[in-house]
Amino acid sequence: MFNLAGFKINRNVAVVAAVLIMVTAGGLYWNLTRPQEKESLIVSTTTSLYETGVLDSLKTRFEANNPEYNVSFISQGTGLAIETAKRGDADLILVHAPASELAFMESGFGVNRKIFAYNFFIVVGPESDPAGVRGLGPVEAMLKIREAGLAGNALWVSRGDNSGTHSKEKALWKMTGLNLDEIKLETAEGSEGTWYVEAGAGMTATLQLAHQKDAYTLTDVATYLKNYKNGNIQLVKVVDSGEETLNVYSAIVCNPENSPRGMFDATMKFVQFLVSDETQRMLETYGEEEFGATLFKPWVPELENPDSDIVKWVGEQAYFDGSECPTQYRHQAGNLYR
Amino acid sequence: MSWTPILEGVSEAARLILSADKTVIEITLRSLQTAGYATLMASLIGVPLSIGIATGEFPGRRALKFLFNAMVGVPTVTLGLFLFTLFSRSGPLGSMELLYTVQGMALGQADLILPILVSFTVSAIESKGHELKDLARTLGASEVETSLAVVREAYSGVSLALVSSFNRAFAELGIVTMLGANIRGVTRVLTTAIALETAKGELGLSFALSFILLAVVLALNYVIDVLRGATQ
Repeated sequence: MFNLAGFKINRNVAVVAAVLIMVTAGGLYWNLTRPQEKESLIVSTTTSLYETGVLDSLKTRFEANNPEYNVSFISQGTGLAIETAKRGDADLILVHAPASELAFMESGFGVNRKIFAYNFFIVVGPESDPAGVRGLGPVEAMLKIREAGLAGNALWVSRGDNSGTHSKEKALWKMTGLNLDEIKLETAEGSEGTWYVEAGAGMTATLQLAHQKDAYTLTDVATYLKNYKNGNIQLVKVVDSGEETLNVYSAIVCNPENSPRGMFDATMKFVQFLVSDETQRMLETYGEEEFGATLFKPWVPELENPDSDIVKWVGEQAYFDGSECPTQYRHQAGNLYR
Repeated sequence: MSWTPILEGVSEAARLILSADKTVIEITLRSLQTAGYATLMASLIGVPLSIGIATGEFPGRRALKFLFNAMVGVPTVTLGLFLFTLFSRSGPLGSMELLYTVQGMALGQADLILPILVSFTVSAIESKGHELKDLARTLGASEVETSLAVVREAYSGVSLALVSSFNRAFAELGIVTMLGANIRGVTRVLTTAIALETAKGELGLSFALSFILLAVVLALNYVIDVLRGATQ
């Protein structure tokens, strides 16, 4: 025992404490002295895209070719991703909500929008398919799910969180001609509860809820496959890809005139990399290993067949004034739109 | 639902620890570092402040005590949101570039745990301090010596306050999410990694990381407990 400022301290304890302090200090030193000279490119992205893991693969490839940059992804909902960019806290956004994207560019914060991939949302539901919607188009299916819901035989779960997926769901309900504000309040026959359930949660949590309640829901393919493969849910796909469930991913660069970050050139390099042949080819096969199915369709190769259905659909749903980025929203775009 | 994710979590946690998984070590160290900084900052301010509140006599002392007690209940996400606006590039402290850094997260956690630290420390000192202070004074001790004597006597309570504060910071999610944004290799810590894996539906991995977090908390607390026992 010895004395330290009046505290009596046992020798063994002192040794333990000294080791602890040295380990902590070593950890701090290690963390603080790692090379930090690289410039950080901050990409604000939607959760559904980030959680597939595809962005981490892209990061590795981009940094291998451009070792002077370090790409950081911030995974947020589309709404928060845009807000973060507006506050000057990001260089690039990767999102999937065309209406919000146009508003972002109109407000002067975004330039050089570039579509880089697309895929389709699906409707999943219980294997028994109580509403009998298997094989129908999404709009017909949702109408039938409501009928079954009113009769007390089916439930619909909504994300209810203003995410890109939620926007799509609202757009689909609009196509049914029904008023979403009204049907939200409709109660199922013989019950106090509504057949329309709002989760207010992310995709996995929403799928879990739908699974627990044997309900239908709209989901992106990647999150669904992952949860299905992990055994978290037993819901099956009842409505497949089609014009109405198209999901278009685009990149928008933060306008350097409104952004204090000074990373415009690096950001443009990343966008060029996204639409390069190599990246587009990689997107086409991504997911086969981990999910057992591909998750994305590359967009750039589609432009070679201007008369295809997909080009028509994207043109209708995700172009503004006949262009993925009208000229007034372009800024030193180089050959990005050649 | 079966027990599968939890069992998977146990074996996955064992595998990650035994193989000394690099990513897990990195985020665990970052969690320790962030909470460590936060506890350090909070105690540098909080302990002297608590001595002042517990032993001093000044107008507003009770109000200050009340304020700190009440602030223990501030939700982390609210505090995180507030600091996010402050640290953001277009915010008043934007030029300090604290957003998406370990330092920023630690500062946020320090704000979170300061009220806990002060509340605990004040009550620990109050329960021991008054007679002791008078005694020390009578024996002719100076202000500083008196304060030291008070902390020494309330040592057990003060160290409990520090440990609780550290635990709170270490296990906290709201602030690190808002201020760090869970950037891989930069601001990803145990709690944000758990939240991410849960969101992805990787429940087994989420449990594994949770068990690692709990193991670290238990180990640290055990060591501190031994230390406290040894000094009493």
